Amino acid sequence: MKSQDQSLIFEVSQEGRIGHSLPELDIPEVDINELIPEEYQREKEAELPEVSELQLVRHYTALSRRNHGVDSGFYPLGSCTMKYNPKINEDVARYPGFAHLHPYQSEETIQGALELMYKLQESLGEITGMDQVTLQPAAGAHGEWTGLMLIRAYHEANGDYQRTKVIVPDSAHGTNPASATVAGFDSVTVRSNEKGLVDLDHLREVVGDDTAALMLTNPNTLGLFEEQIVEMAKIVHKAGGKLYYDGANSNAILGITRPGDMGFDVVHLNLHKTFTTPHGGGGPGSGPVGVKKDLIPYLPKPLVAKDGDWYYFDYDIPESIGRVKPYYGNFGINVRAYTYIRTMGPEGLKKVSEYAVLNANYMFRRLEPYFDAPYTKHCKHEFVLSGRRQKKLGVRTLDIAKRLLDFGYHPPTIYFPLNVEECLMIEPTETESKETLDEFVDAMIQIAKEAEENPEIVQEAPHHTVIDRLDETTAARKPILRYTKEINGVI
Amino acid sequence: MKFRYLPMTEQDQRAMMETIGIDSIEELFADIPKEIRYNGQLKIEKELNETKLVKEMSRLAEKNINVKQYTSFLGAGVYEHYIPSVVNHMLLRSEFYTAYTPYQPEISQGELQAIFEFQTMVCELTGMDIANSSMYDGPTALAEAAMMSAGQTKKKTILVSKTVHPESREVLKSNAKGQNLTVVEVDEKDGVTDLEDLATKHNGDIASVIVQYPNFLGNIEDLAAIEKIAHQGKGLFIVSSNPLSLGIMQPPGKFGADVVVGDVQPFGIPMQLGGPHCGYFAVTKKLMRKVPGRLVGQTTDQHGARGFVLTLQAREQHIRRDKATSNICSNQALNALGASITMTALGKQGVKEMAVQNVQKANYAKEALRNNGVEIVYDKPFFNEFVIRLPKSVTEVNKELLNHSVLGGYDLSRDYPEKENLMLVAVTELRTKEEIDHFASVLGGIK
Repeated sequence: MKSQDQSLIFEVSQEGRIGHSLPELDIPEVDINELIPEEYQREKEAELPEVSELQLVRHYTALSRRNHGVDSGFYPLGSCTMKYNPKINEDVARYPGFAHLHPYQSEETIQGALELMYKLQESLGEITGMDQVTLQPAAGAHGEWTGLMLIRAYHEANGDYQRTKVIVPDSAHGTNPASATVAGFDSVTVRSNEKGLVDLDHLREVVGDDTAALMLTNPNTLGLFEEQIVEMAKIVHKAGGKLYYDGANSNAILGITRPGDMGFDVVHLNLHKTFTTPHGGGGPGSGPVGVKKDLIPYLPKPLVAKDGDWYYFDYDIPESIGRVKPYYGNFGINVRAYTYIRTMGPEGLKKVSEYAVLNANYMFRRLEPYFDAPYTKHCKHEFVLSGRRQKKLGVRTLDIAKRLLDFGYHPPTIYFPLNVEECLMIEPTETESKETLDEFVDAMIQIAKEAEENPEIVQEAPHHTVIDRLDETTAARKPILRYTKEINGVI
Repeated sequence: MKFRYLPMTEQDQRAMMETIGIDSIEELFADIPKEIRYNGQLKIEKELNETKLVKEMSRLAEKNINVKQYTSFLGAGVYEHYIPSVVNHMLLRSEFYTAYTPYQPEISQGELQAIFEFQTMVCELTGMDIANSSMYDGPTALAEAAMMSAGQTKKKTILVSKTVHPESREVLKSNAKGQNLTVVEVDEKDGVTDLEDLATKHNGDIASVIVQYPNFLGNIEDLAAIEKIAHQGKGLFIVSSNPLSLGIMQPPGKFGADVVVGDVQPFGIPMQLGGPHCGYFAVTKKLMRKVPGRLVGQTTDQHGARGFVLTLQAREQHIRRDKATSNICSNQALNALGASITMTALGKQGVKEMAVQNVQKANYAKEALRNNGVEIVYDKPFFNEFVIRLPKSVTEVNKELLNHSVLGGYDLSRDYPEKENLMLVAVTELRTKEEIDHFASVLGGIK
């Protein structure tokens, strides 16, 4: 029994304690019943916790210690680009001149913010090879949906209402088909071939005059570069479709190749992956979208534009798909990404991708003897292994992942992509040292040996975490989604 | 050139290349066709050392006027509120902010528990059974609620009041287009939803009725009357609500709302020019399996110890793929955490007190303006915002106010052409008597 109990904040609460210091009411107080009619007043207070400031600090500090972040240890989660989140980015985003701006202030009072947004639009356009960028989308999936709505608007403006299909490879992120559905398209799956790349013959079969777009991640989710991308672009464009670039894997290509040059018409970037803004335990992110010229007329309103030294919001986009996000996107996140771009410059960004790819290949070659490698060519920033050899010994990929927790690592992405059996997808990123990579590889090798010699230790892992594997089935069958005194006992 | 985020040394590089069996990094990119390789250096600005970087980013920040320098009366969906210092300190615990989505519960109990607590707090404030772990922001949460209502009822028309935030309605329309839904706007009358127009437009074949409470013009909608109309037929009743107002006001759950959405920005999230904020999404038990986004649930491990996991994931895009009804993946977890910490710091009494102070100070401001000869447009109960009529355009008035170091209120003619010269004024607990009196006297003097 190793589980350590952790109280909920509601269980620490005691009536009468406070953790704040509100301003005093320095105006004559009026009877509240004269201001808010009684029928609109709450009958009883919301049951929020009542704790002192130190109790609050102890509680959230305790919670933070039960959490693993990049700062705690290696986090090789494939397709998530868990790189270091620079501290200066956090400082800059908190400058009062960025943190305390109201979105409806007049343009003359936010020239610095507008300049930053304009320069970020321009930089991301250059990095991706696109003609214009919107910073509005809040995250990757939001960017995907925005990009598909742009493509839809483009086709409809040409009278091509029959273009209702979005082609998605079988290795695609789940958000791709989901975004297609939410944008009103049907998705069609295109197969991968034995090399892990899109099967061109199958692509030729599925394109047609109903094709709205092909969505592609390149390098793909197996970490492989789609080397026939130029031919693929020709096939899709010839059929009248557009190419959508899922930028989740952009960490492999900065300064090396650009989606715009590969033939893509629309791209989204995950600033919380490639451009070091923190993942925040699930968000907030930022998912700017770049487009080629013929899609500019449909971009969401407003864009940031420049006239001499004057920066302003351009609302004059008559064919715009409208607003996808209130105000101007996740500005605070965009500040962090711009800070990072200015830190690295063109030389630094190119090194980022070179080292990310070098690190991944190094780990790949060191691990290859111990795990099955379904695809053997040089990978880009990430690679996949299959745990099928270990599965035969009764050790599943899930067990391997859980065993890694005992070594202080966050496990790789598992069971994705869907087309690889017992998949482990590993992305080291460029911010990790060779020593860290070696230590992780050694742990993986040890686990592979344990699977052969002492499988129980892997099957029963983790052994050193604050809690054991949790009963997820009961969690879903009898959901408890909030605290109540009835369930958790009267305090 | 060396970079502090890149630990690679020449020795490491040589050793690694040897293991891989290559002579240069370039070989790893040999499969990228030459014609699409980028030659030369990206045309972006050169790198800056830390000192120069601070200087440049400070230059950009200082080119702006922030609300700590001037006195702001701007609201309209985004509010300047008291943020206890402790909030930022807790948010900077990097085990929280440098973590990914808690897919490995054994090493993510902190985040999962914090979100479970957040879900509970949202339920408490809104009077609903279930709340999710967050959405991007209030307006996208509202749009997702509308999409969910269409999925649930199999109906195609959404009725939305014109007193709902204009940007929420814009986001709703963009989303509706994706799903081929029709959005019909319900007129406003005297600063609230026109009940007659709502009754006329509600033909019983409606996916949902959406109103805001308090509404965009600051006024409190008659939710009891609207609910009766909204629930004719199978449609859902969706209410968008400023959660701080629910510290004093009757929660929408008590009026029979099926879905309550909004943004927890008033709880400790800096305005940041409009983002990132943090949407919330709360529903009745009946809609539990239709909720978009992530949900955290309580369970136990094999020793019976309490723990938390992401649950009911069968609803989500990574499982359902093209059958998913929402594509949300990343959310605003860190801001949900920030809001939880703030709600904890304020606590049961503080949230109420802060809400009451908003009501008191905004009403004081209204009377001060009236006493200075400024016309109050709606004489109705309100939370912390109200509308005034000016002798000239809001843009002109706000320009003059800047000379007094004041950021004036929101120009309603931006979205409502008939509301020329009308300003929406927000007053929170942060405005002092002195600031309010000054604002009232300057505005009273504008001819």
